[in-house]
Formats: sequence, C-alpha cells, structure tokens
Amino acid sequence: MATAELATGRGVRALFARDLTLAFRHRGEMANPLIFFVMVATLVPLGITPESSQLARLAPGMIWVMALLATLLSAETLFLADYRDGTLEQLVLSPQPLWLLVLTKVVVHWLVTGLPLTLLSPLLGIMLSLPEAGYWPMMASLALGTAALSMIGAIGAALTVAIPRGGLLLSLIVMPLYMPVLIFGASAVQQAVDGMAATGALAILGALLAFSCLISPFATAGALRVSLHG
Amino acid sequence: MLLLSASPILECRDITFERDYMPVFAGLSFALQPGEVLQVSGANGAGKTTLLRLLATSLTPSSGRILWRGDDLGRRRAEYRFDMIYLGHQTGVKGALTARENLSWLLPLHPNAERTIDRALAMAGLGGLEDVACHTLSAGQQRRVALARLHLSAATLWILDEPFTAIDRSGVAGLEALIQGHARRGGVVVVTTHQRLGLDGVRLLELEPYGHG
Repeated sequence: MATAELATGRGVRALFARDLTLAFRHRGEMANPLIFFVMVATLVPLGITPESSQLARLAPGMIWVMALLATLLSAETLFLADYRDGTLEQLVLSPQPLWLLVLTKVVVHWLVTGLPLTLLSPLLGIMLSLPEAGYWPMMASLALGTAALSMIGAIGAALTVAIPRGGLLLSLIVMPLYMPVLIFGASAVQQAVDGMAATGALAILGALLAFSCLISPFATAGALRVSLHG
Repeated sequence: MLLLSASPILECRDITFERDYMPVFAGLSFALQPGEVLQVSGANGAGKTTLLRLLATSLTPSSGRILWRGDDLGRRRAEYRFDMIYLGHQTGVKGALTARENLSWLLPLHPNAERTIDRALAMAGLGGLEDVACHTLSAGQQRRVALARLHLSAATLWILDEPFTAIDRSGVAGLEALIQGHARRGGVVVVTTHQRLGLDGVRLLELEPYGHG
C-alpha cells in the first residue's frame, strides 16, 4: 500500500525531528553524561598519578570504561519520559511498524549521547596523555561502539520502563551485553598504541553494531509491548 | 449483501479480562453500529480504562473476541490502527514543545488528515497559542492540545478516556458537539466520563454487572 509507506516515511521523519527538538530543549539532561565523562577524566590524573607515562598505559581502557558508564547513565532516559506521559502508548498503537519508530528513537539517542562523546574524546585523550597513534582508532571505536551500546541499552530500557526505580535492573540486564563492546573497543585503542593495526578489533566492533542493529529494534519493540501490558 | 448495512462496525463478544488471575470483568458483549456513541460508566476501578485499552489493542482480552467490521481485530490490526484514535488519561503532550510541534509529530500517524494543524488548534480553542511552549499552558489548555487531534483525524472510531477532565464549560460543549458531529457522519465513539453527556441517543454501558470486584 503506497499511502501506508508514505505515511511511514513521514512518521519516522516527524518522530526524528521531534526527538531531536526535545533533546535540544532539554540540553541540561543531554549534557549530563558528557559532564560525567569529562569529570572522571579530570579526576583520574589527580587520584591516580599525573605522570604521563603511567596515564598513557591506562588511557585506552579508562576512556572506554567512562564512555560505557556515560552511555549506561543515559540509557534509562530513552523511553521513560514517553512512558510517563502516554506518548509511548500512542507510538505502540500507531499504524507504523513499531520497530522502525524504535530504531528512530535509538538513532536520535546516539546522536545526542554517543556522537558527542566521540567528538569529545580527543580532549580526554590529551588529559590522559594518550599516545598519538591512539586518537583515530579511539574515535572510530567509540563511534561504532557507542552506537552498539545505544542499541543494546534500548532493549534493557524497554524491559524496565514500567518498573519503578528500574535503573539498577537495567544495569544488571545490559552490563553483560556491554562487555564484548568494551573489550574490543578498548583493545582497538590499545593495539594502535602498541603499534599494531587496530582494524581487526574495529571490524569486530562493526560486526557487533551490525548484529545489534538487526536484533535490537525488534527485541525493543517486543519488550515495549510487554511493558505496556501492565 | 442486504445484511451489510445492519452489521455492526465494532463488536465485543463475551470478552473477559483478567489481571493477575483476577477477572476485572467477565462476559461482556456489545455491538456498535456506525453513528453510535457509547458511554462506558462504572465506579472507580470497575475497568473502564481497561475496556478502552482493550478496544485500542493496547491489551488483549483473556477470552472472547473483538470484531472490527465483522473480522477479528487481531487479523486487521494495521488497518484498524489507521482507522482508530485513542486518547488516554495521559495525553502525551510534551511541555517542552509548542502546541503546533506537539501535533505535528502526531500528524503522520493520521495519514488521512483533512485539516491543517493551525485550523485544528483554532477549532480546539487554542488560536493564538500555537507557538507557546505547552508547559506554560493550563491543564485544560493542554488537554485541548491533545483533543485537537480529533479535528485532524479522519479515523472512524474514537476511543476517549475521560476527555472532559480539566476542560471548562465551553470546552465541554464544543467537545460534545464534536462527538455528535462525528456520529452524524457515521463515526463511532466510545467514551468514559462521569458527567452526563448532553447528546441525543447515547448508549450507556454499565460495567458494574460484569465486574467481580
């Protein structure tokens, strides 16, 4: 049905524009994970050691752990506001395929969390004296990895949206799924710093992203339906 | 077919809904013809919202069937959702967005929209407030933003859960006229409210006899 397809395209675009506008209007909330990211990076040299040779050894892993926690912090908010004010029910009841609407929301989530994190990461690299060879692999791995983290986080957020104080449960659900992303993300940067090619780890990150893109919208849509059945 | 004109557009056959193994209501049946308005009434907790969410396909009945134009709802779900509008307790109006923005993202969900957003807002009594952030509007005005969707939609079935909440007297009269007009055009309205509707030919459905509370 051509009209249905047309409506779907318009629906996705309208939701995309709406979510971006909302994120922009709630700039404070959007900045939260970023501030956390920068704050921890400031504290590490103070708390551990300001010596650059030691910091350089820690940097790849530290940056990745911080990026993961910052993403985890923001995952909870993905559906919460929409659930509370009834928007989510409208989305579930809309004639458009729910997985596509979910995918749209997750893409916007990445644009306002993962992408700024990636763009901000060189600054953290400087603060933690990351060796020069590590910068591009760090940005590439963060871009791919945070997108995968957003996808995975969406499943957990959808499962726990109807549960009061579901934040802790969300962390427990998604943490194990975050592990492979962390391992390959950090190792991509580490390998580049050690003078090896980072392409292997980056390729695996890409594969993880592709896999999560394939699974997450459907799993999230299903989880949202279950959550709304309360 | 001769029978077609007399066949109901929306029909519930013996539906039961259980929550945590406790029936909310059981053995509920009714049929609605085009042009009918059904007012669902019952005490708090009688299952009015539950029934409306069942009709909106948000929930599925534990047993029994819901039929839309003579077919099982489950089989015509996509088509049904194009032809249905559900306004729940929570209106989904975002405080950070303006009235126009709040409606414009919902618009593609109603691909058969007939009117422009500004006209719908004017008809809902919000002329001049199109570009004001909704958190500055009163509760009644926010409800009107949500109700403006009814002016945009070309859906046949309206499912309205307590639509009169927080609305002033002129708003109530306007909404009643809107419901009446929709019914005259052959639409179907299912509505819950505690107040008496000033409409002709409203059918009443009392949920109490079906409850197990």
